Amino acid sequence: MNIAEFCCLTFFGSVAAGFLGALTGLGGGIIIIPLLTLAFGVDIRYAIGAAIVSVIATSCGAAAAYVKEGFSNIRLGMFLEMATTFGALFGAAVAARISTESIAVIFGIVLFYSALISARDDAPAATKDTPDFLADSLHLDGIYPGLAGPVSYRVHHIPTGFSLMFLAGTLSGLLGIGSGAVKVLAMDRAMHVPFKVSTTTSNFMIGVTAAASASVYLNRGYIDPALAMPVMLGVVLGSLSGSRVLISSRSRHIRRIFAGVIMVMGVEMIYNGVTGRLLP
Amino acid sequence: MNHKRSAISDARIDETIGNLLRAGVVVSSLIVLVGGGLYLIRHGTELPNYHIFLGEPSDLRSIMGILKDASSFSGRGVIQFGLLLLIATPIMRVAFTVVSFVIQRDRVYIGVTFIVLAVLLFSLVGGGR
Repeated sequence: MNIAEFCCLTFFGSVAAGFLGALTGLGGGIIIIPLLTLAFGVDIRYAIGAAIVSVIATSCGAAAAYVKEGFSNIRLGMFLEMATTFGALFGAAVAARISTESIAVIFGIVLFYSALISARDDAPAATKDTPDFLADSLHLDGIYPGLAGPVSYRVHHIPTGFSLMFLAGTLSGLLGIGSGAVKVLAMDRAMHVPFKVSTTTSNFMIGVTAAASASVYLNRGYIDPALAMPVMLGVVLGSLSGSRVLISSRSRHIRRIFAGVIMVMGVEMIYNGVTGRLLP
Repeated sequence: MNHKRSAISDARIDETIGNLLRAGVVVSSLIVLVGGGLYLIRHGTELPNYHIFLGEPSDLRSIMGILKDASSFSGRGVIQFGLLLLIATPIMRVAFTVVSFVIQRDRVYIGVTFIVLAVLLFSLVGGGR
């Protein structure tokens, strides 16, 4: 197989990964890494470099559509960005010091867990209306356009949310993913931010966090242009078409099936990491 | 009252930011596509070896090196330049947010945004390596 053929294959694989990522809400980055390592035999460091770039592209592409709706909370996002960008630097520093097998195992666990969360569609956590001193003094409370006019909401448990965001950033820097699942978890569950606000703010943050990780990986030589090219273009194309499908509610069952497939990929990553089969 | 006013100006800034992000993705994707074309025409028939990690050569790791390679129209250099532009897009977004907080005279968030921007620029110039 020559470079041109390999490029075509990874492009179509990336379209599929982007499509799946948008459909399950996991993001293309977390799906492209097992695909590249397990199916194409790419070293996990090159896979991470290519994935993190495509994470930025999908985040920015989706943000253009999101911001017009006026859901995202820029103050909250920027405040939590302090945690995720420092976390990303920390994660990227850890990635350089541990073996690729350990990265594969951690990746598998995160992948499995993220897919599990996406498969269960629990009702979003209830919003609380009690004032929170920290949120109040940091002006984190906001308003979003609801069906019957503007709805105001309050943010809670800032220290817990901030810590979870540091974890999300660390995972992003360590594994080259957007960590969307952990970000939504932090805002939705811990901080009681309304679901629509937490998903759009999370998307805003994913691009910024990924930019911090990608910068480190670029300087470290993990981003191979010839591999990142088909991956980035493919994931963007796939996620654009996938986000259109997401609107229909009939896709719930399909989402479950895909989440199951992704969980299997997670287990395979763990297995390969433990047995050391990722080495050439 | 204060909240309402900031919500309205937030919405206007949001729209500008949305357009900025879209433009960043479209322009960088096009550059990556052109670079990819150049690369495949010249090297498409060679054999790939991504299963062995060698790391990129030093000129594809730094901003100056990428600019030099891209200006000589090396396929990989042009792709890397497009990717660099893509990485810069969210950073520009953060920089733009500083401006919006300056307009709103929100000192706390000017500080917060500067911290985030500093971390991003630190890692971009190779500080996290």
